[in-house]
Amino acid sequence: MATVVLLTFTGLGLGALYFLIASGLSLIFGLMDVLNFAHGALLSVGAYGTWWAASGRLPGAGPGGAGFVLAAVFGTAVGTVAAVLLEVAVIRPLYTRPREQILATVGVGLAVPALLSAIWGADPRPLAGPKALSGTFGLLGAEVPLNRPVLIAAAVLVLAALKAFLGRTRHGLVVRAGVEDRAMVTALGIDVRKAFTLVFAIGGAAAALGGALGGLYFGSVDPGQGTSLLIFAFVVVVTGGMGSLTGAALASVAVGLVQQFANYYTTAGLGDVAVVVLLAALLLIRPRGLTGRLA
Amino acid sequence: MTLATQPHDRARTTHPCPATRSERLRRATRWWPAPVLLALFAVPYSALPLPGLLDGPIGGPGNLQLLALCLLSGGLATGYDLLLGRTGLLSFGHALYFAAGTYVTDILMLEAGLSFTASALLGLLAGVALSALLGAVSLRVGGIGFSMVTLAFAQAASLLVQRDPGGVTGGEEGRAAPAGRLPASLVGIEHTADLYWIALAYLVVTLAVVGWAVRSPTGRVWAGIKENERRVEVLGLRPYGFKLVAFVLAGTLAALGGIVYLLLTGGATPRTTTSDFTLSLLVMVVLGGSGTRWGPMIGGILYTWADQRLGDLAGSGAVAALPPVIRVPLSQPLFLLGALFVAVIYLLPGGVARLPARLRSRSPATR
Repeated sequence: MATVVLLTFTGLGLGALYFLIASGLSLIFGLMDVLNFAHGALLSVGAYGTWWAASGRLPGAGPGGAGFVLAAVFGTAVGTVAAVLLEVAVIRPLYTRPREQILATVGVGLAVPALLSAIWGADPRPLAGPKALSGTFGLLGAEVPLNRPVLIAAAVLVLAALKAFLGRTRHGLVVRAGVEDRAMVTALGIDVRKAFTLVFAIGGAAAALGGALGGLYFGSVDPGQGTSLLIFAFVVVVTGGMGSLTGAALASVAVGLVQQFANYYTTAGLGDVAVVVLLAALLLIRPRGLTGRLA
Repeated sequence: MTLATQPHDRARTTHPCPATRSERLRRATRWWPAPVLLALFAVPYSALPLPGLLDGPIGGPGNLQLLALCLLSGGLATGYDLLLGRTGLLSFGHALYFAAGTYVTDILMLEAGLSFTASALLGLLAGVALSALLGAVSLRVGGIGFSMVTLAFAQAASLLVQRDPGGVTGGEEGRAAPAGRLPASLVGIEHTADLYWIALAYLVVTLAVVGWAVRSPTGRVWAGIKENERRVEVLGLRPYGFKLVAFVLAGTLAALGGIVYLLLTGGATPRTTTSDFTLSLLVMVVLGGSGTRWGPMIGGILYTWADQRLGDLAGSGAVAALPPVIRVPLSQPLFLLGALFVAVIYLLPGGVARLPARLRSRSPATR
């Protein structure tokens, strides 16, 4: 029982991390038809921003308590700025060439982790985090690390905030309508391009927050972290149905749990393969993903 | 498509004089690949130094190895462009089929004790089977979903190779090919020329196969799929089968390239299974010019050469003396290549292959 509880929490924590990346990816793809290969780089930027602030270089921020919250906020802000910069400087000039948009994000996705490892080295940098989060708590005989529930809570909060934003605000309405039919929204006289930047900012913020919390989860930050998480986020996005936020949430929970349980009960590493095999099986049965959205 | 270009063609033929002159010029230059091929064939006999481009004489073993890798990349990029530039399929899992050729051949020689020829044939077969199987699944999703699914498959295979199941793949280290099982004329530094010729042959074979395939009736359907898949369906053709043929052909060419790579580097490394490897193929194709005959080859050669030379540059004393703001990014070849890639997309749409046409179209305007 203790093992199952621990695995469930770890799987859900990993799923929360996937969701933080996949939600932005899914929204960006749904609205702009751009598969953002630089999304993993945004996560790495957020992670390094947090690490940089938490190691005492930012006044007020530090590894403990409120200092770490400030560091995470700083990391998220840096990631958001990077995302907006990416949209304005790289994606926007290529609006008429959708294929090139994807290729440009591939280039950025290669260059940014390389730049990070050029500046701070390719080796992982330990990120301790506050003492209050480094402990464990007992539940049904299992010692669950505290950072798992924190990650899950953050993902649930992000999901609720995104749902509220999409469902209750005018900007959210434009984004939802744009995902449905971009040409129609443009024809109605609404400038969808403003929504593009907005969606990139939201996606970047979520990914950077994922980077900050992922640093806690893994205990360190390294330049390749974002890219390796990105691939499972892709699996989540395809499984959940592209452009669907609820689908991404469901799929990230499923992927995280399957990965953890398969990794524990079979050979290590088989869980990662099992996820991809499940994806293939799902595509054979339902080519449009869990929620049946158009690919 | 053809209807739209007809008036343009007619307009050109109404001026007979420049047309015939350009026709004559074209006929004379039509065979330009032949002397280039001959020159490439003769490279191992040459001691010509190319200062700045290469260290030492061009026919030296180190340079031959680099040139062979360049030619191999040229061939690989040409095969990859069969998907990207000819059929419009953006696959992110091409490394998988390349690695299948390398790893299956290597493992069969090591574990099953088969001869090189038998192992290579089975390795090629593995590439065909794998690309047919995974292509059949991933082509069920269209557009960008296809890209993600191919990426997921390749990533799963890459993880599997790095976990080293049963000690077969050698994990992070990779596995060296057994020198005893390889033909004697392909082993050792004194036989680098043979390996160079094999790489050259691979490039020629790939160019020929791709050239032949895109001019075949199937190739015309590929072009149609790239332009507008829905219209191909309306014509009564099922794009799925055609796309699968392109995928399997590209996968087979990649597996063949993997076998050449095994000979060239004397082993299998997990680096070739990663998504970074596929991305580098993508960079090569876009750099050279997607959908053109020579573009991907030029891109592959340029990329591999630049990758090697930038690595040397990063380790050189001239860079170490620079201020940190310039030195730090320069020390990462991947950063330079990523930045170069983005720059090519902006400044050079269509890649290097379209450069002459762009210059030509620009010069009358400036006059």
